[in-house]
Amino acid sequence: MTSPPSTKSSHEPSIAEVYRVLRTIREFEERVHEEFPKGEIPGAVHLYAGQEAVAAGVCAQLRPDDYIASTHRGHGHAIAKGCDITAMMLELYGKAGGLCGGKGGSMHIADFDRGMLGANGVAAGGVPLALGAALSAKVRGSGQVAVAFVGDGGVNQGAFAESLTLAAVWRLPVVFVVEDNGYAQATGTAFHLGGMDVAARATAQGIPARVVDGYDVFAVRAAAADAVRRARDGHGPALLECRAQRFFGHMEGWDQQAYRGAGEVDRIRAEHDCIQLFLDRVTAEQQLDAAQIAAIDASVRQDVERAVAAARSAPDPDVDSLLTDVYVNY
Amino acid sequence: MARQLTYLKAVGEALEQEMRRDPRVLVFGEDNIGGTGCEGRLGNAWGPTQGLHEKFPDQVLDTPITEAAFVGAAVGAAATGLRPVTDLLFIDFAGVCFDQILNQAAKLRYMVGGKASVPLVLRAMWGTGLRRGAQHSQALHSVFTHIPGLKVVAPASAADAKGLMIAAIRDDDPVVFFEHKMLYFVPGEVPEEPYEIPLGQARVVRPGDDCTVVAVGRMVQYALTAAEELANSGLSCEVIDPRTLSPLDEDTILGSVERTGHLVVVDESNPRCGFAADIAALAADRVFGSLRGPVRTVTAPHAPPPFSPVLENAYTPSVEQIVSAVRSTRREPALASDSAAHR
Repeated sequence: MTSPPSTKSSHEPSIAEVYRVLRTIREFEERVHEEFPKGEIPGAVHLYAGQEAVAAGVCAQLRPDDYIASTHRGHGHAIAKGCDITAMMLELYGKAGGLCGGKGGSMHIADFDRGMLGANGVAAGGVPLALGAALSAKVRGSGQVAVAFVGDGGVNQGAFAESLTLAAVWRLPVVFVVEDNGYAQATGTAFHLGGMDVAARATAQGIPARVVDGYDVFAVRAAAADAVRRARDGHGPALLECRAQRFFGHMEGWDQQAYRGAGEVDRIRAEHDCIQLFLDRVTAEQQLDAAQIAAIDASVRQDVERAVAAARSAPDPDVDSLLTDVYVNY
Repeated sequence: MARQLTYLKAVGEALEQEMRRDPRVLVFGEDNIGGTGCEGRLGNAWGPTQGLHEKFPDQVLDTPITEAAFVGAAVGAAATGLRPVTDLLFIDFAGVCFDQILNQAAKLRYMVGGKASVPLVLRAMWGTGLRRGAQHSQALHSVFTHIPGLKVVAPASAADAKGLMIAAIRDDDPVVFFEHKMLYFVPGEVPEEPYEIPLGQARVVRPGDDCTVVAVGRMVQYALTAAEELANSGLSCEVIDPRTLSPLDEDTILGSVERTGHLVVVDESNPRCGFAADIAALAADRVFGSLRGPVRTVTAPHAPPPFSPVLENAYTPSVEQIVSAVRSTRREPALASDSAAHR
């Protein structure tokens, strides 16, 4: 295997662009939460609201041709990686013209043109895929990096543990981003992680790892910058353990979040809303003004509105497509 | 005399020629190089990758014992531009990485609406014969054949092993490649130049008129031996090796049954929902009118492979069972002379 050339991230998004990503994810998720009970969105939908700073902060450090492998809670990653939200919404509705032609749905949404290798219906199922993309980048000497997003529940899978080993041994340009939202479905990390940091598992394998405040997009971005640069420069994998709780339940239409403490979600929304924290800082530092913020808000609202309208009125997939795309040739 | 090569060397030659032709072909698995991280010398692979690292140091990799990670990495690498050939050693070990095969490799293309493909080959040894017991001797090809999105190949000869491996590597879909451990050291005539045997094309190993015998992997030779014996008593068997179980060359099999009117399917995998039952059902569904006797299947029993040589021999389908299955579908009485010695 040849070492990739050392390359810097060619495009660092502006503060306004980061804000647009944060706001788009929030608006998309809040809107899906509103639409879901109406019964037009089939299947299982897992919302990312509350955790936006992680996807936005990490993907801000990626090149358009870098790869990400996502989780069942993948909308935020897809949006942060540049997927078209109308095509995403069509996919959630299972419509023709959706990002995967209606064959993937929320849980398998993918866009290879943007390096988005897919949400994944299996906890930690996508982590080895990111290793493969990183291997591919390393062999081709392309300087690309792959990010493996995984939840706090997923890290207990063998595939995750094995992936730490293989990434370290093969010195792959991969960044593991553990999204600790406190719950594996309805089981708390105090139990299922035994109160241990996931970062310690990586450190024990010789992989540099950090625990990051996942509500702070600037902190995520800084940590991701180091990890991504390291990977891109051929120094191998790194791990970020980003802590940020979700606003909604594990899955729409299913859980009433009775497992969460009284007032927990209200408190997180009031005190740890990553978007509010972001806005407090950028307005205090005069990086964005009220008019710029309002303009982005309005434009995002319009985009999401358009996406929902398009998804609701789009035609269903042609039933003939049932049997296409199974094999390239058969 | 035409060049002879063992089945094992034929697989190795296919890997070598494809790595030379296409730098995107990457070969990896446990001890595919051998000796990595040791004080002695590199190159202790015993299987088909032996000697390949020396020629292609950038294309042959060793892995830790991390099947979920490296089989999954093969899926990710295949979907992003490489053509990996990854090695499970024994097909039984699919148990520790089945998600990556079942839910990732097999499903990716479909789930993304055709916007990605997964051109990978998953190599694995299979079958009884080495007295390795229940966790190293299974015939699991029926399990993989059941899964849409995977192609399943099980060569029975050295020449087929090479041509099918080359075709599998060049194929744009994930292929599970079953290498029968008892065939590894069987030599055969193998052309030196690279060649492809198209996936989905059965081979008529021996033409005949009285009964079609479909056999997989090591069972092809058993079926040929049975056919020899039956020929002595005047019964002419047509032995067909499907070579690839998915896609399946239905036409060759069904066309033969239409001619002979009789079908025996011989397969090492377990009987319930197995390959033999599937072929039997296919014949009943599609050429029922041509059948002039019951379809017979000869399989392992519905039990795990045992360890004791006596038990393992009894577990594995035998020439004698094939002979009596053919007689049974022909409604001919068994002969006292029928191959008891082969049991």
